[in-house]
Amino acid sequence: MATRDDRIEKTALLRAPRARVWRALTDVEEFGAWFRVKLSGRFEPGARMVGRVTYPGYEHLTFEITVDRMEPERLFSWRWHPAPVEDGHDYSGEPTTLVVFELEDVSGGTQLTVVESGFERIPLARRAHAFRMNEQGWTEQLKNIERHVGTPS
Amino acid sequence: MSGRRANAAAQANGELEGAAPLFAALGDARRLRLLARLCEAGPLSIVRLCDGADISRQAVTKHLRVLAEAGLVRGARQGRESRWVLEPAPLAEARSYLDLISNQWDEALGRLRELVEH
Repeated sequence: MATRDDRIEKTALLRAPRARVWRALTDVEEFGAWFRVKLSGRFEPGARMVGRVTYPGYEHLTFEITVDRMEPERLFSWRWHPAPVEDGHDYSGEPTTLVVFELEDVSGGTQLTVVESGFERIPLARRAHAFRMNEQGWTEQLKNIERHVGTPS
Repeated sequence: MSGRRANAAAQANGELEGAAPLFAALGDARRLRLLARLCEAGPLSIVRLCDGADISRQAVTKHLRVLAEAGLVRGARQGRESRWVLEPAPLAEARSYLDLISNQWDEALGRLRELVEH
């Protein structure tokens, strides 16, 4: 996990072909399933996608991105406001971060790299608010974990 | 594993408490400049801190007090005058905003893995 002050970078080796990963990233239903958001329409460059967060504890929030680039089975990127925590708040005047997914063939599957950059432009007040709201998120996560632990697998 | 995660989450929960005053203290360009000066050249007396600042000594004192309340600086008496020293620990906390978003990505990518591998 490489994190600097202004960006987050993640790499994952997924045991699935590139086409499969691409579909999970760019089909709105599949994307919504793992990203926990309810979306309709299609991802395409320049498209503004608005949906509902389905993540437990965050269902009151709106998910909103503007698609940046799409290079089939290679690159998918969008801009958004990270940790959008206040429903009904107008974020349009605030700086965005850029999220870039890149796919690469590797032996055994697909290497997925996710880079979210531009955090240096996010106002400190926004960061503080994200902190406070995330505290609620953590509480919810604890409940999820408890439920998980309580269920024999 | 799950127990460890629960512990980590409980710890993170505790760490998040009280983060807001820190960010409030940091959310001002003049205070950030004072911190930067203390970081580069500290400890500094109030006289030195006012050098080149475009605000009054009174205003500098006020900003230092806000920073001190957030635990970012502390005044240390040296002879007849106080010198202001940077306290680096809370600044490390400010970084945890990224750690938090980083954790959210880890979780999301874990779910993506389940989806494409099964």
